[in-house]
Amino acid sequence: MTAYLKIDHVDKIFNRGSATTEVLKDITLTVNKGEYVSIIGHSGCGKSTLLNIVAGLTPATQGGILLEDREVNEPGPDRAVVFQNHSLLPWLTVYDNVRLAVDKVFSGLKSREERHAWTMHNLDLVQMGHARDKRPSEISGGMKQRVGIARALAMEPKVLLLDEPFGALDALTRAHLQDSVMALQQKLGNTVLMITHDVDEAVLLSDRIVMMTNGPSARIGEVLDVTLPRPRKRLEMAANPVYLKCRQRVLEFLYERHRFVEAA
Amino acid sequence: MNMPLLKTEPQIAAPAPAIAEVLRFDPVKPGYFKAKILPRLGAVAANLLPPLVMLALILAVWQILCMKPGATLPSPTKIWSEAYDLIVDPFFVAGPQDIGLGWRVLTSLQRVAIGYGLAGVIGIMLGTIIGQSVWAMRGLDPIFQVLRTISPLAWLPISLAAFRDSQPSAIFVIFITSVWPIIINTAVGIRNIPQDYRNVAAVLRLNHLEFFWKIMIPSAAPYIFTGLRIGIGLSWLAIVAAEMLTGGVGIGFFIWDAWNSSRLSDIVVALVYIGIVGFILDRIVAFVATIVTRGTAAN
Repeated sequence: MTAYLKIDHVDKIFNRGSATTEVLKDITLTVNKGEYVSIIGHSGCGKSTLLNIVAGLTPATQGGILLEDREVNEPGPDRAVVFQNHSLLPWLTVYDNVRLAVDKVFSGLKSREERHAWTMHNLDLVQMGHARDKRPSEISGGMKQRVGIARALAMEPKVLLLDEPFGALDALTRAHLQDSVMALQQKLGNTVLMITHDVDEAVLLSDRIVMMTNGPSARIGEVLDVTLPRPRKRLEMAANPVYLKCRQRVLEFLYERHRFVEAA
Repeated sequence: MNMPLLKTEPQIAAPAPAIAEVLRFDPVKPGYFKAKILPRLGAVAANLLPPLVMLALILAVWQILCMKPGATLPSPTKIWSEAYDLIVDPFFVAGPQDIGLGWRVLTSLQRVAIGYGLAGVIGIMLGTIIGQSVWAMRGLDPIFQVLRTISPLAWLPISLAAFRDSQPSAIFVIFITSVWPIIINTAVGIRNIPQDYRNVAAVLRLNHLEFFWKIMIPSAAPYIFTGLRIGIGLSWLAIVAAEMLTGGVGIGFFIWDAWNSSRLSDIVVALVYIGIVGFILDRIVAFVATIVTRGTAAN
């Protein structure tokens, strides 16, 4: 099976004045269609930089990104991003935020009515249809993130990129939203690349967990297949031996072999 | 010891009876007048009374100070009697040069509208360019910072020399006075567009025009309106000064004319007009700003 998304020997070096920092070193990763892959690592290891490179928001210094065997090096709706801080436009309503994306992506492909229906369909997918006329400042953090997900899904991306999508949420909202994302991915079969620093989140949601070593010059340290059957139930997982083993494995990687060293 | 404790648990957890008596006392409904009108009147009074009281106090002090014989400035009662026609009817027309202050203010406002309108359009455009480009910023910002400190009146001879006519010169002075804060604030607003919004625009592949209308302008709107509000204040300051020198019809020229014919009372009335119109202009821009920028505040 050929890879759907391929991150091919990516290096990233940041130059600031005369100082150069090598953030990522020789990252190679393939993601198959419909697969849910998480990238986990300590903060500062460059995992967000990697996601930005895949999204095309940051250029890679070496190597490149292949999507369906074609190189992509600039941002586009085929790699929709759900940003950590939702990044909704505060002057637009919930509906208009999604509609902006729908209008842009489907301008020549769908009629006005179809675009409206598609916008509402995506809002309903994340159960936000009721808040269509609210502004982002009027809804909770979890709801904003739902709208962010709806906006990304509405672009019908080939790969959905999630940049710590649940990071800014409280634990209960986070669990609820994780379940929603899991159900959505089950239903729509999206290919997902998610950045996270939460071990449970990674194990629960992913088909594969990519563990990154600490920067500078972060590389992929280990890749773990999570063979748990889907659909996965949060409560049942708590006692599932495979789940616990995976969790143990990631924890060992993060806290024993690649302990976070506070930068001087 | 543990066993009996465990056994009692189900009893404790037994569901409480679902139906409990609900006590409710319906509040006595006050009448429409008491509930709606009275609080509103109270609020209006709380806002209006203090300035009115202060105004009365100031007028009283002024009256006392200017009542004694040999006072150089007219007292409020003297102004009232001398400039009665100007105060009560702003829109009379008694001859080509003898018209109400309302007309003069309107003429001045017309000049301000043209000059300030130009300043708004050009200021926002230039500000956008400067905010976008680091090199335009580096090249132009120092020049603008120097130019903006030049007094409106200092521009007047230059513009008279260039335009050879008082009307465009006055408009140019308005323009050149109010354009700087608009440029500078717009540039700051554009530079402060959060990277998140730029990322969203990049992922959506918005083109330049879409980016300008859908991201830049709304995101920078609070800054732009700050500039516009400073600009309207400055242009109203500048028009009076410019008209004093260029002549013609207008509130500024009226003051100069009144001074030359020693009608001090008329000057005071004109000052009140200028103040009130300036206040209204400021409020109009502020009002438009609150409508346009609603929702753009940080989340």
